[in-house]
Amino acid sequence: VSVEPPIEDLLRELAPQVLGVLVRRSGDFAAAEDAVQEALVAAALHWPSEGWPDNPRGWLIQAAARRLTDQVRSEQARRRREERAVEFEPAPAGVSGIDDSMLLLLLCCHPELTPASAIALTLRAVGGLTTAEIAAAFLVPESTMAQRISRAKQRIAASGARFRPPTPTELPGRLRSVLHVLYLIFNEGYASSTGDSVHRVELSSEAIRLARLVHALLPADAEVAGLLALMLLTDARRPARSGPRGELVPLTEQDRTLWDHGLIAEGVRLLTTALACDQLGEYQAQAAVAALHDDAQQAAETDWMQILSWYDELERLTGNPMVALNRAVAVAMVDGPHAGLALVAALDDRLAGHYRLGAVRGHLHEMAGETSVAAAHFRAAAAHTTSTAEQHYLTTQAVRLAGRETGG
Amino acid sequence: MPKFILLKHYAGEGTPASAWTPQEFKAHIDFQIDLNRQLAENGELVDAQGLAGPDLAKIVSFGGPGAAPVVTDGPFPETKEFLAGWYLVDVETAERAYEIAAQASSAPGPEGKPIYERIEVRQVMGAPDVDA
Repeated sequence: VSVEPPIEDLLRELAPQVLGVLVRRSGDFAAAEDAVQEALVAAALHWPSEGWPDNPRGWLIQAAARRLTDQVRSEQARRRREERAVEFEPAPAGVSGIDDSMLLLLLCCHPELTPASAIALTLRAVGGLTTAEIAAAFLVPESTMAQRISRAKQRIAASGARFRPPTPTELPGRLRSVLHVLYLIFNEGYASSTGDSVHRVELSSEAIRLARLVHALLPADAEVAGLLALMLLTDARRPARSGPRGELVPLTEQDRTLWDHGLIAEGVRLLTTALACDQLGEYQAQAAVAALHDDAQQAAETDWMQILSWYDELERLTGNPMVALNRAVAVAMVDGPHAGLALVAALDDRLAGHYRLGAVRGHLHEMAGETSVAAAHFRAAAAHTTSTAEQHYLTTQAVRLAGRETGG
Repeated sequence: MPKFILLKHYAGEGTPASAWTPQEFKAHIDFQIDLNRQLAENGELVDAQGLAGPDLAKIVSFGGPGAAPVVTDGPFPETKEFLAGWYLVDVETAERAYEIAAQASSAPGPEGKPIYERIEVRQVMGAPDVDA
């Protein structure tokens, strides 16, 4: 019997709630997390054939608690528990009113963890995905992913991080880590959502689901809303982003009628409310750029002037050279390709050898009518990308231009 | 079933892809995608990967105790041939692996003619045979 999507959805929704209860009772994140995973697998196995329990949440808590107790009975676990008793000192006063799911996210995205570990742990402990599902999404063997998750839990234990609310001074930094991890999960799914990478698309949906959860818990936080808006406004274009054989379709050539206008409307609503809070951050600024692209019914109607002013903000907020490169494209659209190329030249050192430099140069030289120079830059970019879809796209641009080289 | 790795060697022969027409290039890519799908549908595909260009390759060796790794650009300039990617297939027989390799080698190039890419077929070591 296969698991029906509604069961899966419910299990994923309940996973962090059940885990929160267990961690609170046991004080042992790693053991509680293992127990909850086992309970989720048991539920996915039994509920479809034996019928749903009246109280699914209670069923899961009981099943997980039973497994946790079995574990704690073993000698090794008893020793660990004794050691842990020492750790239950009064914690410094944390921010009140933070829900269990949020505490779990803060713990799983702890700054002590590498991004790859935080991503895996978040998807399992808060997302309720199985290790096999996460492994499939990242195209690694299940045993590799299991090991990554287990090491992440050890790292958390060793760091002394606790399942407790952060102090008011800690909260902003910790929340930033959470948003960054969700952003990385989304990008991992979105960037590879071409061709046969169906599994990976689920990463984007999962990131959106988790961002919705954080937004529901912290509705007044403008950057949380900004990140959710950015995801929705970007994901809205996914149906148009690749052709029938998985080839990349650039923004200017996408069939905009395929965009998900419901998602766009929701993203714009979220962003408008967030911007009114007057707490501008990088996710809101990126979402604003995405919203302006989404707002144009045709590529030619894009409001590049406004996009440029948002890139000015973004560059000020982040100082990121990749933002500066995108800003150079916006400058080219407003002031002409040579103005953009002058800015790109200034980025050679900071982005040395990055394929996006060549891709942008190719694009801007083509705008300037210098097709053979443009073709050479597209060829160089194709040689430097590490993405198959990008490589095909860039080579296609190079061969297209090579067919009608006119100097430059 | 034995596993074979089919190593795609790019030998720099013929016209480089950047000098093909857009239609020829598209036909080549479509062929690769179709072959991947076909192998997956047959239940024979384990993995298929393309490698990033040789410009990004490095040659690395042990730098000695306590020393940093020795990293140089590679492959060496005189090497015209490089590894472009691979298929890992799980098939009934070696003959089937050769058949797949030949099919991969027939990918179209300029004017839709096969490019006769050279593909090295190597069996992957696995568990010992079960005694009958």
